[in-house]
Amino acid sequence: MLEQLKEIEKTALDALSEVTDPAVLEAWRVANVGRSSPLMQVFAGLGKLSKEERPTVGAAANRVKVALESALEERAQAIKEAALAKSLEEESLDVTLPGRGIHVGRLHPSTQQLRRVLDILADMGFQVYTSREVETDEVNFQLLNFPPNHPARDMQDTFFIEAGERGDNPILLRTHTSPGQIHAMREFAAANPDNPPPIRIALPGMCFRYEQITARSEIQFNQVEGLVVGENITFADLKGTLSDFARRMFGQHARTRFRASYFPFTEPSAEMDVECFVCGGAGCQVCKNSGWLEILGCGMVHPVVLQNGGYDPRRYSGYAWGMGPERQLMVRYRIDDIRYFWGNDLRFLGQF
Amino acid sequence: MKLPISWLKDFIDLDGLSVEEIARKLTLAGLEVEEIKYVGLPVSGASAEGMHSSERHEFKTSGIGWDREKIVVAEIREVNPHPNADRLTLLDLYDGQQSQVVLTGAPNIFHLKGTGKLARPIKVAYAKEGSTIYDGHTDGLVLTTLKRAKIRGVESYSMVCSEKELGISEEHEGIIILDDDAPVGMPLVDYMGDAVLDISILPNMARNASVIGVARELAALTGRELKKPSIEYKTHGESVEKLASIQITEPELNPRFVLGLIRNVEIKPSPYKTQRRLRLAGIRPINNIVDATNYAMLDQGEPLHAFDYDVLKERAGNKNVKIITRAAKDGEKLTTLDDVERKLTSANVLVCDEKGPLSIAGVMGGAESEVSDGTRNILLEGAAWNFINIRKTAKQHNLPSEASFRFSRGVHPSLAETGVRRGLQLMAEWSGGEVAPGLVDAYPLKPKDSVVDVTPQDVKRLLGIDLTVEQISELLTRLEFKCEITKDGLRVTAPSHRLDIGEGVVGLADVLEEVARSYGYDNIPETRMADALPPQIGNPVHEWEEHLRDILVSLGLQEIVSYRLTSPERESRVAQYDEYVTLANPITPDRRVMRRNLVASVLEVVEHNARAESNALFELGPVFEPVENDLPDEPRRLVLAMTGSREALAWDVKDSPNFDFYDMKGRVELLLSGLRYTDVVYAPTDTVNYLHPGKAAEVRVNDKVVGVFGELHPLVKDRYEVEDAPILVAEFDLDVLHAVSPGYEIKPVPDVPPVLEDIAVIVDESVPASRVEALIRQTGGRVLTNVRLFDLYRGEQIGAGKKSLAYSLTYQSDKTMTDAEAAAIRNKIVKRLEHEVKAKLRS
Repeated sequence: MLEQLKEIEKTALDALSEVTDPAVLEAWRVANVGRSSPLMQVFAGLGKLSKEERPTVGAAANRVKVALESALEERAQAIKEAALAKSLEEESLDVTLPGRGIHVGRLHPSTQQLRRVLDILADMGFQVYTSREVETDEVNFQLLNFPPNHPARDMQDTFFIEAGERGDNPILLRTHTSPGQIHAMREFAAANPDNPPPIRIALPGMCFRYEQITARSEIQFNQVEGLVVGENITFADLKGTLSDFARRMFGQHARTRFRASYFPFTEPSAEMDVECFVCGGAGCQVCKNSGWLEILGCGMVHPVVLQNGGYDPRRYSGYAWGMGPERQLMVRYRIDDIRYFWGNDLRFLGQF
Repeated sequence: MKLPISWLKDFIDLDGLSVEEIARKLTLAGLEVEEIKYVGLPVSGASAEGMHSSERHEFKTSGIGWDREKIVVAEIREVNPHPNADRLTLLDLYDGQQSQVVLTGAPNIFHLKGTGKLARPIKVAYAKEGSTIYDGHTDGLVLTTLKRAKIRGVESYSMVCSEKELGISEEHEGIIILDDDAPVGMPLVDYMGDAVLDISILPNMARNASVIGVARELAALTGRELKKPSIEYKTHGESVEKLASIQITEPELNPRFVLGLIRNVEIKPSPYKTQRRLRLAGIRPINNIVDATNYAMLDQGEPLHAFDYDVLKERAGNKNVKIITRAAKDGEKLTTLDDVERKLTSANVLVCDEKGPLSIAGVMGGAESEVSDGTRNILLEGAAWNFINIRKTAKQHNLPSEASFRFSRGVHPSLAETGVRRGLQLMAEWSGGEVAPGLVDAYPLKPKDSVVDVTPQDVKRLLGIDLTVEQISELLTRLEFKCEITKDGLRVTAPSHRLDIGEGVVGLADVLEEVARSYGYDNIPETRMADALPPQIGNPVHEWEEHLRDILVSLGLQEIVSYRLTSPERESRVAQYDEYVTLANPITPDRRVMRRNLVASVLEVVEHNARAESNALFELGPVFEPVENDLPDEPRRLVLAMTGSREALAWDVKDSPNFDFYDMKGRVELLLSGLRYTDVVYAPTDTVNYLHPGKAAEVRVNDKVVGVFGELHPLVKDRYEVEDAPILVAEFDLDVLHAVSPGYEIKPVPDVPPVLEDIAVIVDESVPASRVEALIRQTGGRVLTNVRLFDLYRGEQIGAGKKSLAYSLTYQSDKTMTDAEAAAIRNKIVKRLEHEVKAKLRS
């Protein structure tokens, strides 16, 4: 009997060493350790053996069973590994073929830039204030200290709307988002006329100028203005805030320069230049070799404007500035034709 | 304003300051230098030969420098004919070192051809061999280096220059003939090398539209002294007060009028130095009298007008001339010196005599009394005008001029006298005339000198810098403010050339700006606001719109932004309107109204991109609805448009179905669920004109119509040059959509597994799917948590005019549901459908 077990073990192991296929392995399992395999027959016949023989043969049969089962497991593992190795070797893709696309949506570049600007300003406590695009002369100009026929109006060529006789107060397309300054100040001041609250807002929106449509000039453009009004607001604060803004927008090391300028609704007024981030100030095509880029106009809110907004200029002061997201994009991406923005060619929009 | 540096030196010592430094200082102080044109002086940073440089310039730069050795003052001693060319002359010329023979064809020398030795040598600008100048015979500015060449048998290696060749002006008609006092042999750059600053004058800086104005700023910025050359001249004969008088009828329009007289002038060209300066400043020299008025204007800032005195005297019947200033009468006419008859209105102001109008005040003179070659005696006007009136008049007659440029921005009346005296001085010097004693000066409306109180606290409060009273006083005194120290601070009086300083809080801002400019914006520190942060209230509508944009982008739609301005014709492809918000001054008829229809705008973009594989676009923004003689309404709209292939084509995705109605509906559903709307109802509509009547739906939220969507009507689509694929459009009224509150809550995720079950029913075609689904939901009640249509079938099996709708139902209860419970609900649903829509269960 023990001889037979030895024979069973040897035959089985010999057969197993030939097996390389999972199906053959399964057949081997049935044949050698399955219910009707010779080994199992041995177990079944144990009862017929003598008391003396039974433990010896039983132990031997068990040993053979364990040996065959572990050999089976080993073999199964080896076959699996060989199969994997084979598949890894054989299966390969041309990874240089293009990927499969989906139709993706994007925001218009102006929206993207407006968000960059507004996000930075939001971090600095400036909240968005929006107002209408068609305005009266009074709000767009007069309350902002542009009297009728003032030479400063030459700076902002204006589209007027056909309307009835309105004297010095025609209807027009806003030339800047500054009418929002008046709307906002009046709204805030109305809440508490004797003690108007401080203001810190950003005014984004579409503006219009009477211009020819060319690579350099457009009839509509976005603007973002900032307005701060409070009791202790200084020109030094203006410089600090706008330089902070420039560093957030153009890079930690962006240098700024303030030039005296003129806007009717601010005094003192300034233009802020940022050192050209393309050439680092060394001079290049983008900055027309000057090393500086004109980024925004700014100034302390003119006392007449504060007064018109319901804020006493003897007590309150403030500053305001305005800048153009499209202009910023043009500088940043060296776009040489402003008409792309409203042309809405997918080949342009898809690049942002 | 174009300003030669040499002229600036009449008023301020600029030693040790480079042209670029001067330009930088002016620019930072608000006198922006737009360009530096070098006319002889070495170009900053330039390489050899005084050529254009490719180095960095802080400013836009043009022009050339003149080589010191090679371009010099020389004199022509003899003029001889060329042996082989009739139209050329040979000059015998001395350059300070040696004699040279130089060829020229200059017409202004030609008349001397064959004269031989000249009685009085002619001084010229002489460029030697190897010097680099502009080519006078080529259009535009092309540099050339003089080389040895033979012209018709005579060797030529150098030349006498025209203004064009030296970069002074476009003038190439003849060579430059210098003034007689030019020192022979001197490098030309030392004699008249220059650089011209092109300065942009801000509207509030009209006071700087003159050489002395810029010099005054520069003096304040550098702490240097402003030189004011005295304006003196000898006088002769009868005083002007005895010959002329002035009557001002409206002092508000004409606060001051000054007249001076000069007799026996000889009209001739001005000295070359004068002509050169005028040309550099952009003004064409005419004759010594006209040049004197222009020169004095640039010099001092006061526009002058010269009348032929004898013409006025004759008009007065040989009596005394009486000048009257008044508003024009409507319809009155005057021929101006450009020989155009101008029809005037009461908004214009005229300078007249007793016979009638002589000139349009401050804008342009009349033809009759203008200075001519035969003029002997000049009556010179310097006046002050209302700047708004001048601005209107110049615009009305489209007459921009150097005079109206200044007068329309404000010229202080104090300059009227200075200007006339300077003009008389120059005329006397250049014409040999004799100035009559005195001036006639009518000055009915003296502007009040602005007086402003400033304290160190004001400076601190508004500029954020600590300055003492003395420091403030020093900064302002440099700009010629009079400062008086008071108990609290300073009492400041504006200088007499300035009109831009107000009083009270405005005056304070005006003065503080001058303190800041004089102190230097660069020297003011950068600080962070110490003021309280205002309450943070946000902007919910703006934030909601931004969220909406994000959802649409995540759904694969590209945002576009189109022109707000359009034309009724453009919009008529989609819709027609009687009324528009219409421009009074459109730039093009194609963009003459504000859009009323955002669908039209978006479809134009679809058309523009028609060749793209697919278009999935959206735009969000206002449309403009006119209101009679008032501001329009600006309701906000959202439009989506989709057309073309649904999938992105690729090497193994060769074909894709086109977007259809249900693609759009899916986007709309996802948009609204993304915005948390739950109570959304879609209903067929055939009332949207631009949509296919059978493929259009309206969207209701809380029973309010918030938008419509569907396939573009075939007739509308035909009006666009687009591909065959259907175009899907959705249009929302954002104001209405925002107003209906979503009311949304997140449901807990159930612990017990749901029971899923399918049900298919056959109904008539006419029964809308939404009706079947609504009945299922109603009947299923709370435990029926989801109903999803998974199949729609039409075919022979179920008969014509029928459709089969197959739904997957999800039952979800708090506890595990038995099959029997589910079956009971299902039976109820089937019965209800049989009863309400005559549905048959499909087995």
